[in-house]
Amino acid sequence: MYKDSDQVLDTVISSPANTGEEVPSSSILEMRGISKQFPGVLALDNVDFDLRRGEVHILFGENGAGKSTLINVIAGTFPPDKGTFRYDGKDVSHLTPHRARVMGISPVFQEFSLIPNLTVEENLFLGRETSTSGFLRKKAMSARAAKVIEMLGFDLDPKKRVSSLSRAHQQMVEIAKALLADVRLLILDEPTASLTENETYKLFELIGRLKADGVGIIYVSHRMREIKEIGDRITVLRDGRKIETCNAADVGENELVELMTGRKIDVLFPKIDHKPAEKLLEINNLTLANHVVEDVSIYARAGEVTGIAGLVGCGKSELVRAVFGLEAIEEGEIVVKGEQVSHPRPDISLSKGVCYFPSDRVAEGLALERPIRENASMAALNLADFSWMRVLKKLSERKLIQDIVDRLKLRPPNIERAVGNLSGGNRQKVMLARGLTRETDIFLFDEPTVGIDVGAKVEVYDLMKELVDNGAAIILVSSELPEVLNLSNRLYVKQRAKLVAELTGDDMIEQAVLSCFFQDEEANSNAGA
Amino acid sequence: MVSNNIALGHLPQKEVNQLVRVISTMGLLPILLIVIVAALSIFEPRFLGIFNILNVLRETSFLAILAAGQMLVLIVGGFDLSVGAVVALSSTVMATVMANTLGIMPDEVGLVIFIGVAAGIGCGVVVGLVNGLCVAYLRVSPFMVTLGTLSIASGIALLLTNGIPVYGMPKVFVNGFGRALWLGLPTTVYVALTLVIIVWAIQRFTVLGRYIYAIGGNLQASQVSGVSTKRYLITAYTMCGALAAITGVLLTARVGSGQATLGGDIMMLQSIAAAVIAGVSLRGGIGRVELVTLGALFLSIVTNSMNLVRIDSKIQTIVLGVIVIFAVALEEYGNRRKIRE
Repeated sequence: MYKDSDQVLDTVISSPANTGEEVPSSSILEMRGISKQFPGVLALDNVDFDLRRGEVHILFGENGAGKSTLINVIAGTFPPDKGTFRYDGKDVSHLTPHRARVMGISPVFQEFSLIPNLTVEENLFLGRETSTSGFLRKKAMSARAAKVIEMLGFDLDPKKRVSSLSRAHQQMVEIAKALLADVRLLILDEPTASLTENETYKLFELIGRLKADGVGIIYVSHRMREIKEIGDRITVLRDGRKIETCNAADVGENELVELMTGRKIDVLFPKIDHKPAEKLLEINNLTLANHVVEDVSIYARAGEVTGIAGLVGCGKSELVRAVFGLEAIEEGEIVVKGEQVSHPRPDISLSKGVCYFPSDRVAEGLALERPIRENASMAALNLADFSWMRVLKKLSERKLIQDIVDRLKLRPPNIERAVGNLSGGNRQKVMLARGLTRETDIFLFDEPTVGIDVGAKVEVYDLMKELVDNGAAIILVSSELPEVLNLSNRLYVKQRAKLVAELTGDDMIEQAVLSCFFQDEEANSNAGA
Repeated sequence: MVSNNIALGHLPQKEVNQLVRVISTMGLLPILLIVIVAALSIFEPRFLGIFNILNVLRETSFLAILAAGQMLVLIVGGFDLSVGAVVALSSTVMATVMANTLGIMPDEVGLVIFIGVAAGIGCGVVVGLVNGLCVAYLRVSPFMVTLGTLSIASGIALLLTNGIPVYGMPKVFVNGFGRALWLGLPTTVYVALTLVIIVWAIQRFTVLGRYIYAIGGNLQASQVSGVSTKRYLITAYTMCGALAAITGVLLTARVGSGQATLGGDIMMLQSIAAAVIAGVSLRGGIGRVELVTLGALFLSIVTNSMNLVRIDSKIQTIVLGVIVIFAVALEEYGNRRKIRE
């Protein structure tokens, strides 16, 4: 194991450009004709891909386009069926995750490779502990962990357990873990999905330093701004095939989206006509048992989108989850359509017309082995349309779900397919379908577009518009600022469990929201945390 | 973090938080232990008799060793139903081997004991290895694998002995070791203490210990991080089998004969109970041997007190079941109340 990765890391992270001897444009990775077949899908079809030293190569494509298959092949998770794989000028076969790491390939996947019950520093060293004859050298590792975290500029306590960290902090641990060893090829799979602006900025700085050191970086992202900011070249994948590789400077946004989807998309955010009517939902002085939300009061009206913005871990998700009945409430009042609800429960909330769409669709939303039909009707089986005297009405179920699925443009529209086979965007549509099976007028969207592609995003936004036009109240919780800014009529900003601002009309600009976040940063450093 | 939080009514928030924090770092167990010992000392004078205390310590030792092994398997996210059967198997195999070799070489008592003990522990290692291999390579669920080896091991033990106790072990082994006191304490206490310290050191200071936690915490992530998960899974099961066999050896030395009825389902259940009471997570990834030892002590005291007041042994098994369910429910409750930042 890397007993002396100290120096290695120092050269990678701290010293800018000291590998001047190497030819910067030479390829570190060359893949030719890579194919990968999974049961039922050709995930990669004769794909060529190469990565130069010191470049950021963006992988761009819709979900299910083959991006994650490709990075998994590179990381050694599974072998390709066909094609050649040259790394550092040498042919490589029989790659395993372990060998890939030894060779300097460090992947940062969206699904974290962290052990919840271990501390941050224990996780950093997992699989390559510093040890003498089987005994851990804890002091040495602590010192290095602290050093690495400091160099990365992350706000992380190495002694904390990973399970107690927010997703953003876990993402930082994952990145730190990837950079602990001698990295020559770094894979980042949507690394900023849960980072704040400030943390993103730090990450980009770090990417700059790694580039200068000749590290090749494969970067998967849906976010245009990032792609423009850090990308050198872009490879667009669609349906497992490589569509094009181009220089980032040479293509425009629309062009990229067209390449990705194979069709034109005019506007991302629809124009929503907010016609605020009566208050459907009121939350007064709400405090949760775990104190992730403290003394928060908000309301949502029919015919408008109410946005909630905030840093990751500020409790904005927990707020709507509490309304639906998924978090323990310590104090406060929730009023649904004028009726006070002291202890919300999901079944009661549903019957009152409140519906929640979780951000983690796999963990909290869907039974992956079961078909779309069953997943969509799950919340409505007690309705007369779906059952009579506890006996299911399959015909009626099939018809109703098929209608909804068609309305949501779920493709292919076969409602008997298992949800596990669907892409992220389609899975979200199944979730939405579930919400539409009942009479619902309060919709709680929790990060509705995380991990879904542009095409599906537009359809989700269009559905929101349709719902609001029909007089529903929507609460939209999102970490993507453009999303909440463009779709909301009123925007609440949360920081550290508390509500700090309510913005409306012309005040709803990025700068105003960011300054609320910035206050938080100051408070943070004053508290010495 | 061992999280045995309890409902605390309507105390002021600050004090509740403080109490919750103390309990979640130490576990509820030490407090329970103090309470039960205090209560017994007051209401049942026989409890503090020297003979009774030695008895409790001896029972605790057997259970602590067994539960330490069970804990390792629980931490990697499995569990081992075969430990009780391994106790019986190692007992009968060791006694049979000793009795036979003693017949061949009556003067080499030391060698006879060595061969017998090695054979006994060897049985446990083999059963543990089989468990581990099946779980790691065949990916059979731990429940089914260890249920199978339970049946196999107890079958062999019965077959070897026809259910009749095997006598004929060297007298030194029984009187000079199994039933002896060193410095006023049963020998088993020293063996148990040594083993617990070794397991504790493994958990705290070694790569092996770290990987056992990691695999139970997230198998997939450990694999991706380059940990040879199969190897460590097998190691955990093998260690559990070996520790169960050592328990069998000690019990046999104490009883004086090899018996296919030693251990059994009750000890298996007790080993899981001791671990769970001590905050070992059934989902894997969490557990500390020092607390498991306290768990074993707690269970032994509960059993002992029920014996003292002459509660029927059938009722005792019911009580054991209730304790197990209660402990698991408490763990779940603690998980839900965990305060995040």
